[in-house]
Amino acid sequence: MGVRTWIDSWPVYRQLKGTDPLGRGAAAKSGPSERLAPRVATADRVVKSVCPYCAVGCGQNVYVQDGRVTQIEGDPDSPISRGRLCPKGSASLQLTTGSAREHQVLYRRPHGADWERLDLGTAMDMIADRVIEARRAGWQWEVDETRTRRTLGVASLGGATLDNEENYLIKKLFTAMGAVQIENQARV
Amino acid sequence: MAECHPVGFQWVMEAKARGAKVIHVDPRFTRTSAMADVHVPLRAGSDIAFLGGIINHVLRTGAYFREYVAAYTNGPVILREDFRDTEDLDGVFSGLDPEGRGYDPATWQYQGVDVQAASGQRDPQFDRRDASAPDVSDAAHGESHGSGGATIPEGRPESDETMTHPRCVFQVLKRHYARYTPEMVERICGVPQDVFRQVCDMVTENSGRDRTTALAYAVGWTQHTVGVQYIRAASVLQSLLGNIGRPGGGILALRGHASIQGSTDIPTLFNLLPGYIPMPYAHRDQRLDTFVRADAAPKGYWGNMRAYLVSLLKAYWGDAATAENDFCFDYLPRLTGSHSTYETVMAQLDGTCKGYFLMGENPAVGSGNAKLQRLGMAALDWLVVRDFSLIESATWWKDGPEIETGELRTEDIGTEVFFLPAAAHTEKDGSFTNTQRLLQWHHQAVRPPGEARSDLWFTFHLGRIIREKLAASTDPMDRPLLDLTWDYPTSGELAEPDAEAVLAEINGRDADGNPLSGYDQLADDGSTSCGCWIYCGVHAEGVNQADRRRPGGEQDWVAAEWGWAWPANRRVLYNRASADPEGRPWSERKALVWWDAERGEWTGHDVPDFQKGKAPGHRPPEGASGPEALSGTDPFIMQDDGKAWLYVPSGLTDGPLPTHYEPQDSPFPNLLYGRQRNPVRHLLRPPHPDNRYQPSGGEPGSEVFPYVATTYRLTEHHTAGGMSRWQPYLAELQPEFFCEVSPELAAERGLEHTGWATIVSARAVIEARVLVTDRMPSLTVHGRRLHQVGLPYHWGPNGYSTGDAANELLHLSLDPNTHIQEAKALAVDIRPGRRPRGPAAPELVRRYRRRAGIDEETGTAM
Repeated sequence: MGVRTWIDSWPVYRQLKGTDPLGRGAAAKSGPSERLAPRVATADRVVKSVCPYCAVGCGQNVYVQDGRVTQIEGDPDSPISRGRLCPKGSASLQLTTGSAREHQVLYRRPHGADWERLDLGTAMDMIADRVIEARRAGWQWEVDETRTRRTLGVASLGGATLDNEENYLIKKLFTAMGAVQIENQARV
Repeated sequence: MAECHPVGFQWVMEAKARGAKVIHVDPRFTRTSAMADVHVPLRAGSDIAFLGGIINHVLRTGAYFREYVAAYTNGPVILREDFRDTEDLDGVFSGLDPEGRGYDPATWQYQGVDVQAASGQRDPQFDRRDASAPDVSDAAHGESHGSGGATIPEGRPESDETMTHPRCVFQVLKRHYARYTPEMVERICGVPQDVFRQVCDMVTENSGRDRTTALAYAVGWTQHTVGVQYIRAASVLQSLLGNIGRPGGGILALRGHASIQGSTDIPTLFNLLPGYIPMPYAHRDQRLDTFVRADAAPKGYWGNMRAYLVSLLKAYWGDAATAENDFCFDYLPRLTGSHSTYETVMAQLDGTCKGYFLMGENPAVGSGNAKLQRLGMAALDWLVVRDFSLIESATWWKDGPEIETGELRTEDIGTEVFFLPAAAHTEKDGSFTNTQRLLQWHHQAVRPPGEARSDLWFTFHLGRIIREKLAASTDPMDRPLLDLTWDYPTSGELAEPDAEAVLAEINGRDADGNPLSGYDQLADDGSTSCGCWIYCGVHAEGVNQADRRRPGGEQDWVAAEWGWAWPANRRVLYNRASADPEGRPWSERKALVWWDAERGEWTGHDVPDFQKGKAPGHRPPEGASGPEALSGTDPFIMQDDGKAWLYVPSGLTDGPLPTHYEPQDSPFPNLLYGRQRNPVRHLLRPPHPDNRYQPSGGEPGSEVFPYVATTYRLTEHHTAGGMSRWQPYLAELQPEFFCEVSPELAAERGLEHTGWATIVSARAVIEARVLVTDRMPSLTVHGRRLHQVGLPYHWGPNGYSTGDAANELLHLSLDPNTHIQEAKALAVDIRPGRRPRGPAAPELVRRYRRRAGIDEETGTAM
């Protein structure tokens, strides 16, 4: 390191000579902090998204690196949110990538004391069998001699952070099953 | 709003910076109050008295927007001679059937004309509108059917443009609200008269030609036994002031879930089909045409209901739906009353409902009377829970409150439970509809981890497997499943269905399979298909309009090229009302859309919510129906008569005008009428020992529960906590359940700041940390001091941030229109210290019930 570089790297000197007389920005930066880059800078892609919490609908930018979500930030382009996120929206990264998320199907058999593992395909097959059976058990062609063509054997209660397309399929399938007890958070 | 919709609140602050005044009416002082010009704490459950007081002020002082009211509302319309108001019958309307605990709305109609509602209860009109179809006996309370006979008379209702006829809506309204005086507001709501007058002045001075006032509510307004009437009261006020369909006006529901608007539009709700088409009720010999004739308004855009419904049936059943088979109308299951989530719990308890899907919902914490929810689940054969983490609704069988109290034993519970991990929004494509009806597309960023899957994947593959298993069936009950169009393209190793293909089906196609561009193109002959008529156009020209993202900074204030709003990308509903009857803006300052006489069309900043070429002077020909029956001065195009309804002749179960009734459980008598509670509120049946109601008002025993409790949310948590109590940042910001009480209440009951409190209702006992704060001020109500208890309801025993669930305390006395629980106003007792553990906890609740003399009949009088 030359003398010149040594003097230049001295914060007080930079503060006096440079554009940062209060020493709050460039003058106070050390070499390591100078070299710090936000984790979003190295992202492979930015994916446009929408916050999944409340119904304001703030825009989110989802940063992806090596096939993993590395950061979620507000989308400045959104005329709704102008780049802001609230504490919940800012916690979206923990929501989506946090260790509290379950990644495996779990099964509790009748009267069982604890969870057991079950693979997804088996679970889907078992659930389909149970739907068919409960649907049949609760079937009502008529009530008071008036046609109802329905089942009261199967019910569903959905949240309301589901996508429109998901709700559409749920309502379509369950209606075709004859189920009427199809509900969501909007009732609650 | 600043607490629960903080990022949306930036626009309130922008308005404030430009001179707007902000009034915050809320029992608690919040971040919103901190920024407001006026904070008005009031007693929880008294809002209709408060809003009714403002309505009375507006009518009494003549502060209403006369031209707007005369031209655009049903104020001039004359009512039938046999209609009786609460003024005449001491708190009830004509048509009350004490046996059936419901109203026959026949006398509420206009003189000489029957009109049908654009939403709400449309089936009660069935018999009058289709005399050929006797109905099935009704299992639901408050959903009584009308008496049969008359056909629908043609023509416009009788009206008096001077609004002086004693039976015109305007005069009825004036008489109805005359008793809602500032003195009454003070005594009922606990709002001092000078504060109330200040609010009245601020609202009226800021409404009229040059100014508009907006009312924003969080959906707590809906959580009352008179919830719909809360919103109606706001509608009456805003219509009188000319604040609907105009920029800066409106009634804005600040909804709490990313796509809760979408899940109402494309409803996973028992009583609706997509686009607010009602689910059919059971009637003998009902066919497509009898259903449409009975449930559709003949005029306005609901006049085209047949086209919307046939297009939906084509989207569901494709080629199997033909004109010969009524487009498979008979495949739709039929209702016989309410089948809401709360009736579903009762159906679980009585063994009718055997299997239950929970998809991103946590009723063991989030629903009213959480214990009944768990008892219902414990009676199931099987339960499927799809969520991110092991929420309380997935684990109640091993660690729920009833296991601790000994009321349930794990080994006795026969429910088979499947927990399936769900994909996050970053792991799937799809659209959310936000609280302003705006659809926004979110893109998949990464693959879901492990066995986590989207609900799109789950539903599609469940349907696929069921259809495969039933493929050989010849049973007619399986036809609707086997005939279903269920051929969505999938991709990748997970075989994820293509969400945009589903959106394209929702948008709809013409006979050649081309995407439709708007609901005007829908036909009732089976040549078009459309999964949700109000969303028609979201995939116009095959382009995903919900994915439009032209930066806000490059657009004007309407920002029409960001996302897509239903219907037809209109950002302000009924915006024809922003112009005067001649089509000119009421004022330059408040211009939104207007009539361009030269070009012969409506134009403006927003997409006009009106037939583009219909001139202001247009008058419909005799006998016209559907949209063609609306004149050039009928802005409310979904309504049968094209008008904003100050008075509701059809569509509500509990009366045509908002009326103050006390909450189900209230320490106070009703000062306005001899009727204590909403007479047709929906009391969940059969009576259940864990759903007892409390004595109210002057009834003996009401002193046992002297305080009013209300529930609410915090910025740092999300509803029942499934998406926030497992996040370390959020858990650290709000680490445990607490209650907010005033210093006066703390002194009265010996509650210590940061200590513990036990809160008791006739249903449950819970404990919470105590926050003694001026934020929850005590009020003077009915001449005595009232202390209120604030309860954020996010908690349960699981996750990083834990506590008892406030919703344990709730009863299931519901709004009779929506069947929503009364979460926002109930009476409780509070005492210092922790709650008892084990069997002593339910014993304490039983002791309270005995002290208050509570039995099965308590609180059920009409």
